[in-house]
Amino acid sequence: MTFDFALVLENVPNIARAFGVTLGVWAGAVVFGSIGGFAIAVARRWGPTPVGWLLRAFVEVIRGTPFLVQIFLLYYGGPFIGLSLDNIPAGLFGLSVYAAAYYSEIFRTGFEAIPKGHLEAADCAGFTRAQTLRRIVLPEMTMLVLPAMVNMTILMLKETAVLSIISVPELTLEVSAIGTAHYAFVESFTIVALLYWGLTDLCGRAGRLAEARFSRYRFSHS
Amino acid sequence: MTNAPAIRVQGLVKRFGKTEVLTGIDLEAARGEVTCLLGPSGSGKSTLLRCIAFLEEATDGFIEIDGAPLGFALGPDGDRMRLPPNDIRGVRSKIGMVFQQFNLWPHMTALGNVMEALVTARGMSKAEAEERARARLAEVGLAERATHYPSELSGGQQQRVAIARALALEPKIMLFDEPTSSLDPELTGEVLNVMRKLAEGGMTMVVVTHEIGFAASVGHKIVFLDQGKILVEGTPGEVFGKPRHPRIDQFLDTYLDRGAAGLL
Repeated sequence: MTFDFALVLENVPNIARAFGVTLGVWAGAVVFGSIGGFAIAVARRWGPTPVGWLLRAFVEVIRGTPFLVQIFLLYYGGPFIGLSLDNIPAGLFGLSVYAAAYYSEIFRTGFEAIPKGHLEAADCAGFTRAQTLRRIVLPEMTMLVLPAMVNMTILMLKETAVLSIISVPELTLEVSAIGTAHYAFVESFTIVALLYWGLTDLCGRAGRLAEARFSRYRFSHS
Repeated sequence: MTNAPAIRVQGLVKRFGKTEVLTGIDLEAARGEVTCLLGPSGSGKSTLLRCIAFLEEATDGFIEIDGAPLGFALGPDGDRMRLPPNDIRGVRSKIGMVFQQFNLWPHMTALGNVMEALVTARGMSKAEAEERARARLAEVGLAERATHYPSELSGGQQQRVAIARALALEPKIMLFDEPTSSLDPELTGEVLNVMRKLAEGGMTMVVVTHEIGFAASVGHKIVFLDQGKILVEGTPGEVFGKPRHPRIDQFLDTYLDRGAAGLL
């Protein structure tokens, strides 16, 4: 067996399309997941107690089961409860839910790490709860959770590969098809690995840039 | 209402679970009066201050600010009832609070910290808020530090920004919760000087402090708390002069041991 990249080059348009799907599902899941995760964290902290229990149970279930199993259940089990989704929407939805559970935990610990006094100062200055959330909690939490967020976001990219199991035409599925067709697994998966790694590296760099920008806001310990 | 004291505390009780931290406090502060709350740790002085700031809700009793009930009032049927949030917000806007840990918002500059509530909570225009914030920063001697973030300021500077932040909201009363307890002795002076100036300007102040010298020289009234009760109350001369309450003697001894005799 030779290492034949020409095979890969012939398939550049397919790979590009699949890469686009991966990118889209990833970006979508990160956006919806972080919004959902934030909502869950806020509701768990300030919402009514029973809602908090339900959300906690939801987070525990999502965190306690493999994503592969979740996505199978959603795609093949969904129709039994009237939830029939095509593979891409199902993948996006499933990954978003998965992301929301993990992001919510990151936000929850972020909330807890904000010194109580910072909120009391806002309270004394006459802020409403919504104003405190928007002006104090959100920005302070952002800088506290940034490293964990970047980490999770990188993990999410790699989880998109699991969506190949429900035939989402993303990078891993498409390239393994090329690999199967030409019996060229090493070439194809080398490309896949490089593409994922390039993307996660970019993500990591963006994260480090943001962290550097936020570093002057760091908490001062006197 | 014009003759009402700046602060009136009546029968204030605060329980945390089964622990009674305040066991019926009565206290009045006239306008322009500086009241210093002293006492050993656990005596309830910080809790009392936090109740006046409405950061803690008292279990029983009443607080009036400028004659207006804070948080709770006697209802028509004689029950203690909680007032609507807007009433509470209105009365609280007369109160400025300074914390032991400064509690500046780390993602905003000194100027941003002082402007923030003016814009967000009071709806003032940015230009107007900035003008006022710069004036307050200048008063605490920090005009030059306006664009610094809290992490770039010393503890004393942070606390002065925190005082400017509270003053920008034009409170009638300023509450200080151990404002110098997390500062080096060297930085304590600059904060106490700002507070002294404020007192001379006629601000009504309640100060929880361990700075006996400050209390004796700036305080109009000393309130000594012990085990959730006011043990002694009076002018500095009455409280610190002889004959002294034995409990005060004992308390002061710990300071005299540390060479503070000259201050008294």
